[in-house]
Amino acid sequence: MIKKTCLSLAIGLLCLGNVAAESVFVTLEHDNALAIVDPIAGKLIKTIPIGQRPRGIAISPDYKYLYIATSDDNTIKIIDAVSFKEIGQLPSGKDPETFALNPAGNRIYVSNEDDSLVTVIDVAKKKAIKQIKVGVEPEGITVSPDNRWLVSASETTNMVHWIDTKTNTIVENTLVDPRPRAVSFTADSQQLWVSSEMAGSVMVLDANNQQLIKTIKFEISGITADKIQPVGVVIDKERHRAYVALGPANRVAVINAQSFEVEKILLVGQRVWNLAFSPDQKRLYTTNGTSNDMSIIDLDSQTVTKSIAVGTYPWGVVVKP
Amino acid sequence: MMRSTNRLLILISFLYLLLISTLHPAYAKAKLSINIAYLSLEQKILPQMSNLDAFVIDKGLKGAELGIADNNTTGEFTGQQFNLVKFIVPLEGSVVDTFNKDIANKFQYVIVNLNAEQLNTLADLPAAKNSLLFDVATLDDALRNEQCRSNVLHLLPNRAMRADALAQYMLKKRWSKWFLVIGTSPEDRLYAEALKRSAKRFGMKIVTEKTWQHTYDARKTTQSDIAVFTQVDDYDVLVVADEHSEFGEYLDYRTWLARPVIGTQGLIASAWHKTHEQWGAIQIQNRFKDKAGRWMEEQDYGAYLATRALGEAATRSLSSEIKLIKAYLLSPAFALNGYTGAPLSFRSWDGQLRMPVLLAAPRSLVAVAPIEGFLHPKTELDTLGYDQAESHCQWTPQ
Repeated sequence: MIKKTCLSLAIGLLCLGNVAAESVFVTLEHDNALAIVDPIAGKLIKTIPIGQRPRGIAISPDYKYLYIATSDDNTIKIIDAVSFKEIGQLPSGKDPETFALNPAGNRIYVSNEDDSLVTVIDVAKKKAIKQIKVGVEPEGITVSPDNRWLVSASETTNMVHWIDTKTNTIVENTLVDPRPRAVSFTADSQQLWVSSEMAGSVMVLDANNQQLIKTIKFEISGITADKIQPVGVVIDKERHRAYVALGPANRVAVINAQSFEVEKILLVGQRVWNLAFSPDQKRLYTTNGTSNDMSIIDLDSQTVTKSIAVGTYPWGVVVKP
Repeated sequence: MMRSTNRLLILISFLYLLLISTLHPAYAKAKLSINIAYLSLEQKILPQMSNLDAFVIDKGLKGAELGIADNNTTGEFTGQQFNLVKFIVPLEGSVVDTFNKDIANKFQYVIVNLNAEQLNTLADLPAAKNSLLFDVATLDDALRNEQCRSNVLHLLPNRAMRADALAQYMLKKRWSKWFLVIGTSPEDRLYAEALKRSAKRFGMKIVTEKTWQHTYDARKTTQSDIAVFTQVDDYDVLVVADEHSEFGEYLDYRTWLARPVIGTQGLIASAWHKTHEQWGAIQIQNRFKDKAGRWMEEQDYGAYLATRALGEAATRSLSSEIKLIKAYLLSPAFALNGYTGAPLSFRSWDGQLRMPVLLAAPRSLVAVAPIEGFLHPKTELDTLGYDQAESHCQWTPQ
């Protein structure tokens, strides 16, 4: 299998290098392409044309398939994670941007921003099975690791909608700070972290009662509050620390996920957008939208160790072990 | 006419409630209604230089309607219902009469799409004492200074904000020697005053200032007129103040020296523009076009922001009470998304919405002010227009 892959890759760099090393996949919104990065070597391996305006990206639980929302093609493409050949498309609805894959990998939930809908897709059948009416401009979307909740955040309605994954209906709504962007559950499914771009805050909600536990604000000397616009948020498995991309503040905030104190602010690249952990959680990868690069943060030392030019408008990021 | 609108509205509200109660049983119980009036005058069709742009009859109204629709989607989940009733006064009618008769006792929140004089006449009416007026049309610096009123909030950038945005961009480009060309209308002179203020503020030099007094018939004489008119001492950029677009469009490509045109034509400063797509703007551009069948104009954007600001305040304060709403709107907690990359809020000293200003060419967005590098201790947005220390507005508390 690996041999065949090597032959099929025109350059074959993957074969020369460390085959076992993890790969980082970054969607490049303006290049209509996918960047493949070897984060250990700190190198861009190759860039593959993928479709018009790729943004949201997810990888299947078995790491065999990549799902990529190619917004201007109005579809989510299924890409073989080894050969990078397109093997199918999912009926995402118009202009898909963000979507979430459930833990089992058999459902994809798509935010349809223009229509105030969430579309539920049966991955195996490649069919839309339900549309759920949500608030205006749904964007951030995620499924809890225990598969109990599907959460959709509406940017203009300023709400997170708690949707029961069994019935695909809204059970509860929580008002959050203006223009919520990303939603992320802790590994134990007990907390939902919500970033709000216009308020410059992150809200931590209790998944059991959907109530607010804590609002986290950020202060960076030399940068006015307007520029602090949180987007991507991830929390480590042990819930020791959370990391928040601060958008045009060009920084990632390190938060103590127990005390909710902001411990450190790390300078990365311009308009940092989305974040992903390495499988061993030793590194954090960031996509820096307007400086056309990604940053690697070493989490033991909490320092930015490398910036890698990847292409124009890097958007989403996933990691394959 | 008005009655049938009302009746239709009641019917729609009823059907809507019925729909919601089936969709969201948890929220059907306590509906809180917020009623908003939209007040405008019938539009007079002005003589235009160009027939390229269709005359838009309902600038402002469509934006308010979109804002109400967005608010009511949120309202489905919060149990709030926003109702908009429009009052379009005929050309020969009186806005004061309409306000006193149809609005004053029924609506506390009024979106006003009228000129400066009419706006302040309304604001000073005894019947408006307990109203909150959302001005979605005026650009007047005076209304944000000596002529300010404590029951008025301004949703569009005033001339000083626009001029500062242009000046920041010109400073960045090092176009520091200006040739200022001014039209003959009072509005043109006000725009020119704002430009002069900005020139001083940002250390720019107006090398020549001229008033355009020639004919407005482009087909006959402009070609030679402009070449002659623009034979002045060397300058970097022609800055034009022609708010009614009577001659400004014809300056570009016809000047004696090859120089860019900026101001009310050429590169313009605006709260909104059809070329703007960043920060999710494409979403609202699409939503608006689907609804109105045309591009969103500035007054639409202002009216959209007015209804959304009210929606935000009502949702956050869980109230329709004017004191609470107004307090929330003017508090530091208020942050509104305007699809321009920075949270919008109201300046507590003059009621002006703190907002970025787009700098746009006819078919491309050139820059968004505040331009990077113009710093401010509190918010870069306050590098545009009258900052607190410069303001001559003295609000009388109500």
